[in-house]
Amino acid sequence: MQCSICKEKPATVHLTQIVGEKMQKLDLCEDCAKTKGVNDPSGFALADIMLGLGAAQEVEQAVGTDLKCPRCGFSQADFKKSGRLGCPECYKTFAEGLGGLLKTMHKGTRHTGKSPEALRVSRENSDRLKTLQKKLNKAIESENFEEAALLRDELKKINERPATPANLPQ
Amino acid sequence: MKDLHEFLISPAETARRHGPQDRIVMSSRVRLARNLKDAAFPGWSKKPERVKILESIRPAVESLPEMKDAFSEAMDNLGALDKQILVERHLISREHAAKSSGSGLVLNREETFCVMINEEDHLRMQALRPGLQLKQAWNAIDHLDSELEKKLDYAFDGDLGYLTACPTNLGTGIRVSAMLHLPGLVLGEQINPIIQSVNKLGLAVRGLYGEGTEALGNVFQVSNQMTLGENEPAIVERLEKVLSQIIEHEENARQTLLEKKTKVVFNHIGRAYGILANAHSISSKETMNLLSLMRLGVDMGLFPGAERSLVDELFLVTQPAHLQKKLSDKLSAEERDLIRADMVRERLKNVSRPVVKPQPNTTN
Repeated sequence: MQCSICKEKPATVHLTQIVGEKMQKLDLCEDCAKTKGVNDPSGFALADIMLGLGAAQEVEQAVGTDLKCPRCGFSQADFKKSGRLGCPECYKTFAEGLGGLLKTMHKGTRHTGKSPEALRVSRENSDRLKTLQKKLNKAIESENFEEAALLRDELKKINERPATPANLPQ
Repeated sequence: MKDLHEFLISPAETARRHGPQDRIVMSSRVRLARNLKDAAFPGWSKKPERVKILESIRPAVESLPEMKDAFSEAMDNLGALDKQILVERHLISREHAAKSSGSGLVLNREETFCVMINEEDHLRMQALRPGLQLKQAWNAIDHLDSELEKKLDYAFDGDLGYLTACPTNLGTGIRVSAMLHLPGLVLGEQINPIIQSVNKLGLAVRGLYGEGTEALGNVFQVSNQMTLGENEPAIVERLEKVLSQIIEHEENARQTLLEKKTKVVFNHIGRAYGILANAHSISSKETMNLLSLMRLGVDMGLFPGAERSLVDELFLVTQPAHLQKKLSDKLSAEERDLIRADMVRERLKNVSRPVVKPQPNTTN
C-alpha cells in the first residue's frame, strides 16, 4: 500500500478516526507521518490532514481536472492548491465532487441552521400556498364548495399581498 | 482617523473584566462567516474588486447601532505594530493582520464585537465575552447578523446554507470557541488524553493564537469543526457540554495536585515567582509560561492579597507588540527581554512570595 500523501513510499502508519458514525482512514509512510505530526497524537486531528489532502483528490476524481467555474474562472487545480473556492457559484460548478468531501467533513450535507429572514419568509409563504392549494383541490373534489370558497379567498389574499417588502434586502 | 491605541481599553481594565467560570475559561467567542452574492471570495478576487466590496460592507457595518462610536479602519492604514497588538488582544486573526488594502476592521467601543472585512470571507463577524458565555455570544452575533442581512445581499443556498470560501465553514459559517487556562491538566500530565477525546468528538483544540500555534501559557482554544448538518444552538450546546467536562477535569486535576503532589506543584509555582520577581532578562514565551503558574498559584490561594487580574494584565502587556508600543525606540528582541524583566519585577514588587499554606482566596 502506498502512502496517501507522497504516493511514493510504502505506507506503514495506518490511521482510523471515528467521528460520530463516520469512519475516516488514512495510510501514511513514516516520513509523511512525521511531518504531519502523527507521532504526536496530542497535536493531531485526522480531519486537519484530510482537509488539505483528501479534499482536492475527491473533487478531482469526481469531475476531472479541467473544470472551470463559468462565473469566476476558478479551476479544479486552484482548489487543489488552496483548499478554498473562488466564488459562491463554485459550489454549483464543483457540486458533484464536493458532495463526498462535505460528507467526510461535516455532520450532514444539508444546512439545518439559520437562514436569511427574507428567504425564510418567502419559503414559509410558498409552503403555506402549497398547503392551501392542496386543501382547495380536496374541497373541490369532495364538492365541499363552501370551504372551497373560503380557501380560495384566503389564497387570493396571500397572492395579492406584496412579498413582505420590509424583510427584503435593500 | 482614530488612534487605535487611544481607542483600545487599557490592559489593566481588560484584565479586570469578569465572567462566569473565569478561573478556567478566559473568554468565549462566536464568529460567523458570511459572503456577498455575485462576488468572488477575497482570496480569489483582484484588489479593485476587494476594495469595492470593502467600500460596500464597511458603511453597512458602521451603521449598526452596536457599532456606535466604533473603531473602523482599512487594514492598509494600520501599522504592523497596531495589527500585532490586535492579534495579541485576540481581536483579529493572524491571517487578517497580514492583509492590507482591500481589507478592513470594525471594532465596537466595548470590544464585544469585532468584524473583519475581507479576511478569508467577505465578512467574519465575532462576538466576544469574558468567561464562559457562549450562548450570550451566539445571541449577540445572531442579532448583529440579522441586522446586517437587511443591508447586504448574502450568498446563501437553500441546501448548503451560507456559502464560504472554505468548505469547512459551509452551512452555518459558525465557529464557537472558548479560551481555557489548563495548567492543572498540563502539570498532571492529563492534557493529551483530554485533547484526544475532545478531538474524537469532532472538536478542535488549538494553541493561544488559534490554528497551528503553541499552547503558550497553558492556554488552549476549543472550538467546533463541523458547520453543516447541525444548527447553531445545537453546536453551541455541544461545545458547552464538552467545556463543562473539561472544567471539571481541570478542577479535579488541581485538587489532586494539591493533595497528592503538593511539593511538585508548590515547587513549580515558587520557582515561577522566583524567576518572574527577580529576572533581569526574560523572553515573552518564558514569561507567559511562568505567569500561567502564578495564575494557578493565585487560584490556589498561594498569593494572598494578589489578584488574578494583575497576572492577566502582565500576560497581555509583556507580549512583544504591547511591550514595544510603550517604548519610543524600536527595540531588538534581546533589548525587549531586558525591559520586560524590569517591568515584571516592578509590578511584582508588592506581591509577596507564595505562602506554604494555601489561604482561601477572598479577592477574586
